Amino acid sequence: MNFTRNARAVTRAAKAAGLALALFAAPQLAQAAPTPAGGDVSASVEAQTGAERMKAPDKGAEPAANAGNPIVPDVPTGDAAAAGSYTPMKPTPGVGMPVEGGIGLQDQYSELGEYGHWIHNAVLMPIITVISLLVLVLLIVIIVRYNKRANPVASKTSHNTLLEVVWTLLPVLILIGIAVPSIDLLAKQFKPAPKEALTIKITGNQWYWTYGYPDNGDFEVVSNMLNIPGAPVINNGIREVGSEPWDGPSHLEVDNRMVVPVGEPIRLQVTAADVIHSFAVPSLWFKLDAVPGRINEKTLFVEKPGVYYGQCSELCGAKHGYMPIAVEALPREQYNAWVMTHAGAQIDGQEPAPAAAAAAAPASEEAAPEADMTAAPEA
Amino acid sequence: MATTADQFQAHSEDHGHHDHDHKPAFFARWFMSTNHKDIGTMYLIFAIFAGIVGGAFSGMMRVELAEPGIQYLDTFARWFGATNPDFNSTLHTWNVLITAHGLIMVFFLVMPAIIGGFGNWFVPLMIGAPDMAFPRMNNISFWLTVAGFCSLLTSAFVPGGMGNGAGTGWTVYAPLSTYGSTGPAVDFGIFALHLAGAGSIMGAINFITTIFNMRAPGMTIHKMPLFVWSVLVTAFLLLLALPVLAAAITMLLTDRNFGTTFFDPAGGGDPILYQHLFWFFGHPEVYIMILPAFGIISQIVSTFSKKPVFGYLGMAYAMVAIGVVGFIVWAHHMYTTGLSVNTKMYFTAATMVIAVPTGVKIFSWIATMWGGSLEFKSPMVWALGFIFLFTVGGVTGVVLANGGVDDVLHDTYYVVAHFHYVLSLGAVTGLFAGFFYWFPKMSGRMHSELLSHIQFWVFFVGVNMIFFPMHFLGLQGMPRRYPDYAEAYTYWNQIATHGYEIMAVSILIWFVNIIYAFTAGKKAEDNYWGEGATTLEWTLSSPPPFHQYETLPVIESAGHH
Repeated sequence: MNFTRNARAVTRAAKAAGLALALFAAPQLAQAAPTPAGGDVSASVEAQTGAERMKAPDKGAEPAANAGNPIVPDVPTGDAAAAGSYTPMKPTPGVGMPVEGGIGLQDQYSELGEYGHWIHNAVLMPIITVISLLVLVLLIVIIVRYNKRANPVASKTSHNTLLEVVWTLLPVLILIGIAVPSIDLLAKQFKPAPKEALTIKITGNQWYWTYGYPDNGDFEVVSNMLNIPGAPVINNGIREVGSEPWDGPSHLEVDNRMVVPVGEPIRLQVTAADVIHSFAVPSLWFKLDAVPGRINEKTLFVEKPGVYYGQCSELCGAKHGYMPIAVEALPREQYNAWVMTHAGAQIDGQEPAPAAAAAAAPASEEAAPEADMTAAPEA
Repeated sequence: MATTADQFQAHSEDHGHHDHDHKPAFFARWFMSTNHKDIGTMYLIFAIFAGIVGGAFSGMMRVELAEPGIQYLDTFARWFGATNPDFNSTLHTWNVLITAHGLIMVFFLVMPAIIGGFGNWFVPLMIGAPDMAFPRMNNISFWLTVAGFCSLLTSAFVPGGMGNGAGTGWTVYAPLSTYGSTGPAVDFGIFALHLAGAGSIMGAINFITTIFNMRAPGMTIHKMPLFVWSVLVTAFLLLLALPVLAAAITMLLTDRNFGTTFFDPAGGGDPILYQHLFWFFGHPEVYIMILPAFGIISQIVSTFSKKPVFGYLGMAYAMVAIGVVGFIVWAHHMYTTGLSVNTKMYFTAATMVIAVPTGVKIFSWIATMWGGSLEFKSPMVWALGFIFLFTVGGVTGVVLANGGVDDVLHDTYYVVAHFHYVLSLGAVTGLFAGFFYWFPKMSGRMHSELLSHIQFWVFFVGVNMIFFPMHFLGLQGMPRRYPDYAEAYTYWNQIATHGYEIMAVSILIWFVNIIYAFTAGKKAEDNYWGEGATTLEWTLSSPPPFHQYETLPVIESAGHH
């Protein structure tokens, strides 16, 4: 038993280091393997380790140590660095979060989310409601018309081929009707982000999220849930929710949000350092599992500035319920200002990214990967 | 069939006399049983006991979820043997509750009751067989299930990582279940599944052999009652699905204890492989639980409409189709794991196909009742409830089948609502329907119709109050398997917890009904449901003789199904 436990500890440490390396490898990976045309976005373990082998392996040690320690928020926001022109956004009540007593899907703030929302509300809900009511009405009609008193003698009908063909084919037609928009939505969801899109590397940990920004100097944000007043301390050294004016709802607000630029496609690469987690934001129609040893990739496109909350959606151990996700979507220039609050951060080879910025970021293609790597980690 | 009936009555009276002498003594009868009816009874008693345990766990969950924050888990952690639980082990207790609730309800309530209990009791009676094909194996199947349950209960009291018990969810996903959970609890849980699985595989072999070889003369495959059909299809699903589960959890076991890395990327393994294996078993498993309920509902609807089942062949082959298609839709449980677009499209389409045979069944039940002369005896009321509740659970399945829409609903309470509508409100309602249909046949005593009707309405209100609001919670984004939640989710969670209280009352009414039946219930006639009940078990006494059909019944070639 002791032996196996040690062996496990060793493999785990090795894996943690490997994943931390993968974090560095992410920019290479994004360029070396731009999502294949067929749409299979889950990059393989081999690709990851291959990319990592090309780069200096010793870089892995330092972030791995950080990843193992959820307590130290190793990325200072606001005070430490140059720009300082960033304060977290105050969330709008009812936007990007559940509403008290709500009975429908959360309002959507991404293009595909609106499409999915429409499919659910305008296609699926009416169909399933009508079918359920149809069955209910038929049952009531039967109860009224064919009870023993109303109909003392039962008929002997036991076959009606036409009827049976109809109730087999009619559902087929209904299902085809559902499948058309549904398959269309799927195809759109798998449209890869353009090559120059911003890449964010999301890592699930027990029990917090880390967000890596390889295109902005490869800094990393550690995101812990804020403690809940009156409840046992969930994350040591993290403040309580409500202690800053911009704090959102308890159970959902975090100390450091995942900040993203609004109005441009973003490539999210999701993985995990220990067990499986799932990165989910209901109001952005986004859910992708964070699986150790694997990078899942999907495009995010946020249409409006705002704070959008989500929660880990795959059972990951004791504090599964306490690792929420907060995505803060900002216009490009504010996003850039936020980036510059991080030590070692840089923006697109020092170009002063303009405001409107539909797919503005000509990402670090020329800013050679080597430069990225050297600029990156040491705070 | 009516012609053969008199013949058997004569026989059965004979037996009543004769068998009395041949019933073994208590220990030999109940612990070394080879009698399908006794084994069926033991399965039912066992399932009721396990159901009380699993239901108590869900009560513990509902009370914790009544409001945000952690209120009771600390106490529950102490119940599982923690002396001074820290916050992590308190939270771990939540995961133990959800894991135990799921495993118990699936493996130790629904499966033993519906297959082990009703299957054992009524498959031989309905096909005119004296017993199951392998009576001793039948006994082993039962006791392996009991042993599995003991192993699962043990796991709750031994270390499982952050605290006592296995906190992996019933799906036991790697790597949370491998290097994510130290201590023997998960091993005990895996062992429980091995034992229960082995028992079920043997049971499946037994049913298949019995149904293929021991039908009475004249009972062709296409004359078998639909309940027998449903058990036959179920047995094939068990036989093909359970070995895959056994393989998957054995790999988990070796990953945990012997240094293999089947599911560990550090050694070249893949956590997603486990999910493929698990759901290759797991999806047929949900049909394993619901198909026998379909069979029971078919018998009941036909009996109380006084009509043969509408579209008998369509009904039988719809079940076969559900069974076959059920094997090729498993990855719809894995839409968010990073499947490729083509895979997701395929599984979306294949999953929606299942709605077609399921629709055929719903419409055929309705057509069976159409033109009938309905009597609303207690089993019929439960069956009508089943049809409606299963429809509601089925249509949300169509919503979830869409890979693109599932992105927002996956692993939320919407899924919890969906599968409880088809299982808790479907399979369990089917179980109650079957119970009230056959209880007098099994016990020889009539239950109270009034109490059963009251129980139905209380249960119906209660379970809908628990599970309907969960659709809202899921649409609003509340994730599954959370002991604590944002304030916005409070309202519907409170409603659900009140629903649980109502549901619990309905179970108490049921117990009162059972006690009433055994103490004051009228003696049951041979065919207490009258002319609509035409299958072979109604030709026997209530309860049937210890050994039935010593002269095999002969089924007339012109007979109805």
